[in-house]
This record gives sequence, structure tokens and C-alpha cells, in this order.
Amino acid sequence: MLTNRSKLVVKKEMTFLEKMYLPAILGGIAITIKHLFRKGATIRYPETKREISAVWRGQHTLKRDEKGAERCTACGLCAVACPAEAITMTAAERKKGEENLYREEKYAAVYEINMLRCIFCGLCEEACPKEAIFLTDRIVETDYLREGFIYGKDKLVERVDERIDVTKRQTPAVLAFKQQKQLSHNR
Amino acid sequence: MITTFFIYKLIMVASVFGLTLGVAAYSTYAERKVAAFLQDRIGPDRAGPFGIFQPLADGLKFLMKEEIIPVISNRFLFVLGPCIAMITALMAGVVIPWGNSLILDGQAYNLQIADLDISILYVFGVVSIGVYGIMIGGWASNNKFSLLGAIRASAQMISYEIAMGLSIIALILMTGTLSLREITQLQAGGVGGDWNFWNIVYQPLGFLIFLICAFAETNRTPFDLPECETELVGGYHTEYSSFKLAFYLFAEYINMFVSSAVLSTLYFGGYNFPFMNDLGLDHNVLSILGMIALFMKVAFFIFFFMWIRWTIPRFRYDQLMHLGWRILIPLAVANIGITGLIMILVD
Repeated sequence: MLTNRSKLVVKKEMTFLEKMYLPAILGGIAITIKHLFRKGATIRYPETKREISAVWRGQHTLKRDEKGAERCTACGLCAVACPAEAITMTAAERKKGEENLYREEKYAAVYEINMLRCIFCGLCEEACPKEAIFLTDRIVETDYLREGFIYGKDKLVERVDERIDVTKRQTPAVLAFKQQKQLSHNR
Repeated sequence: MITTFFIYKLIMVASVFGLTLGVAAYSTYAERKVAAFLQDRIGPDRAGPFGIFQPLADGLKFLMKEEIIPVISNRFLFVLGPCIAMITALMAGVVIPWGNSLILDGQAYNLQIADLDISILYVFGVVSIGVYGIMIGGWASNNKFSLLGAIRASAQMISYEIAMGLSIIALILMTGTLSLREITQLQAGGVGGDWNFWNIVYQPLGFLIFLICAFAETNRTPFDLPECETELVGGYHTEYSSFKLAFYLFAEYINMFVSSAVLSTLYFGGYNFPFMNDLGLDHNVLSILGMIALFMKVAFFIFFFMWIRWTIPRFRYDQLMHLGWRILIPLAVANIGITGLIMILVD
């Protein structure tokens, strides 16, 4: 009553036509026959796949730079940004002779994402100052064990001979960020 | 002479038997496809192109399943139940005229296994025995859900048989014969040179009652209370598994096929089709065309059964009984009266 939205329920007698059921049944079969000629929305999955958005957020990848060195410096910003606390890492110092492996003096010796915790929000990607972590259009595969969903560097770091294209994820915000030459990242 | 007679009957029996099973098998496939299309889905499409081997896969699955007979069940009756359901379902197809006659070597062969002069009564008799299959199966299972399903089934089928029989009486009054072949022949012609109407024109109310009762007799939605999943698990076949379950499910589809055939024969001209006598075709060609026409009518009715199933929810039990006893039976009796009155007035 306070909201003024209450409705009075009326239970009225059925008319003769309604009691006969037949008009209602005819109406019903008219509706269902229309659906017979309607095109379904089904996508036959293994053969055809649903089109996904250009900025669709799937399994993560740790990018390498043009020379093939890992971009991640284990700064931990992604782990801090992560609302699901899915990311952990251990930092290590780059030794002499490893310049071709790691881009900067510090790198992630261990980098793990728990895909069961991850909510694929993309905040890690947004937080990353080194353009190292990106979400891709790949789907995280199923597994029988929980351990299988903790993805280490073996699964996350892109392979040198099999680069993962993330140009679709270079949104206007990312491109504007790259224009800021005062940041060491962009030099 | 006697050998040709036997060969002809054997061929007829074998082909009707095979045809019934084939149609029933593909009705299961059609049911799933129709359901899917009416619900904007695709339906089975993995077994072969468009899933046409689905019935084979389903049959094979039933065959491979473990056969469970409950220890506390009555073993003999438990096995007998599905057998009765299947046998009676198959028996009803005997008297249906699938087509006119074929003339080979000056000898006419009716496309019908047996032209009984009491065909309709025979169909009713066989269908009434069919309820025993369900009753015995449900009772022998020694399970309360099964028993409830069986009780529902028998009560429902017996109630609707009365209205069904009464609706037919009006038709028999009109045609003056109980033979399905003669009833079909009385509807010959139709649109074209020889003006003649199918029985549906003279007996619309009778047809409606018969149709509703056919739904109840075959345990199809909206009258599928015997196997009401929400209340009775699986109804009378709760305890059944493997091929015995397949027999029950299959019997339902055979019943659907047979009742579609009876419906088309009684009210939609059977193997007659419009303009059939104006085409000037050979008798044999006409018979085969007539058979195709009958099968198209049957296919439509089978589709109609499915169409209704995926449109209307099931009745409540008291609604079912109310409809059967207090609406359909008085209507059928009134239909007999009106038919008789009109026949007297026309004469």
C-alpha cells in the first residue's frame, strides 16, 4: 500500500469459450507452428564457433618483445590490481648473459595465474606498465584436477616461434598511453 | 490358388509389420525433431546426415542396456506386460485398408491384410486389450509409482473408450457399415467430377471427440498422466529397463501410427484423394497413388499428435475425468441424436 503499486487480484469466472479450451488450444498451436519456421539461434559448436568481440577476454599471455625477451619485470602491479587474487609471482635478478632472455634487470622467476580464481576482468592487463600481460581470445581448457588450472610460465609465456597477436587488444586507451613519451616504458 | 493366397497374405503381413515398425521408429526421430523445431532448437543431428540414423542408435542403446527385473516383482507378468502392449499395438494395423486393390493377372489383391466386416469393433477390441499391457506391467513392478501410473492409465483408457465408441456410432449410423474398407469406399471421389465429401464434413463433432479420445487412448499429451514424470517418476514403466522399456515406448508410437491411420480412414477418406477419378489413370497406378495419399494423411496426423504435445501442458487428473465423463460422453450422445434426427429429416 505504501508503494501504491499493489494490485487487486480478481478471480473471475471463465466464460463459455474459455471453458471450451478449444480457442485457447487453437491459439496455442498457431503460436507453436510459427516457431516451426523460425530460424533457431543454435550454433553447432565444434563445427562453427560463436563470433567473439575484438576485445574478448580469454586466457592470458605473457608477451615477449620484438627481440624475444620477456617483457615482465615482476613488479607485482598485476597481482595488486587483481580483484580475485589469482596472480602470484617470485622475482629474480637477471644474470649476465641472460639479456636476450629478459628485457630488464629484474624478471619473474615464477609467475602463476590460478584460472579457477581468475574472473577475466582484464585489470592485470590494464595495470601492467610494461605491456607484458594481455588477455587473448583463447579459451582456458578444461581439466580434471584443480592443479591443472594453475598456469605457470610454461603455459603463459608466448613461444618465440609462435607469437600471439594482441593487436586487437590495443584499445584507444592503450594507444594513447603509448604516445606519452615522457614514460620510460615508451622510449 | 491356395499358395498364391498364402504368398499374398504373407507379403501383406510382412510389409505392414515392417512398415509399422519403420514408421514407429522414425516417429521417435520425428518427435525429437518436431519438438526441437517448435522450440527453436535443432534436435538430433549427429548420427548420420541430419541425424537420420538416430532411431538405430537409440534402438542399439536400448539393446545394450542392462536388463533389470526387480526381485520383488512378479517375474512372469513383468515380462508379459510389454509383450501385450507391443502385440496389441501391432495387431490393430491388420484391418486398416492401406490402399485399394492391385490387379495382377486379372486377380484383384486388396491392399489390406484382413477385410473384416466388423473392422471397427476389432480395432476397439484390440485397443482395449492394450490397456492390459500397461496394467499388468505396472502391477507386476511392485512399485507404488508404477501401480499409480497403471491405475491412471486403465481408468483413463476405459473412460475415453466409451466416448470414442459413442462418437463412432454416429458415423456408423451414417455409413451403415462397420467395415473400414466399405467406409473408405463410401468416401470415394470427393472434389472433382463425382461430388462426394469425406466424413469429416458430415461428422465434425464426432471427429473432434474421436480425435480427443485418440490422444487419451495413446497416452499422449495432454493426456499422458500415466507417465507423468513430475508426479510418478516414469509412471507404469518406472521399473522397466533395456528392451522391455523400448517395447512400451515403441508401442506408444505404433499406437499413434495406427490411430492416425484409423482417423484418416474414418474421417478423411482413407486412400481416396481429390480428383482421383478425373485423372483417367490405370487402376493399379491409382491404388498406389491412393496409398501415398493415405500415408500423407497419416503423416499429417502423426505430426499433429506431436504438434499438440509440444503446445499443451498436461491436464490435472480430475480435469481429465471431468472432460471424459461429463463433457465428451454427453456430447457424443448428443451427436448420435443429432445425426439420427438429420438422417430422418433428409430421408
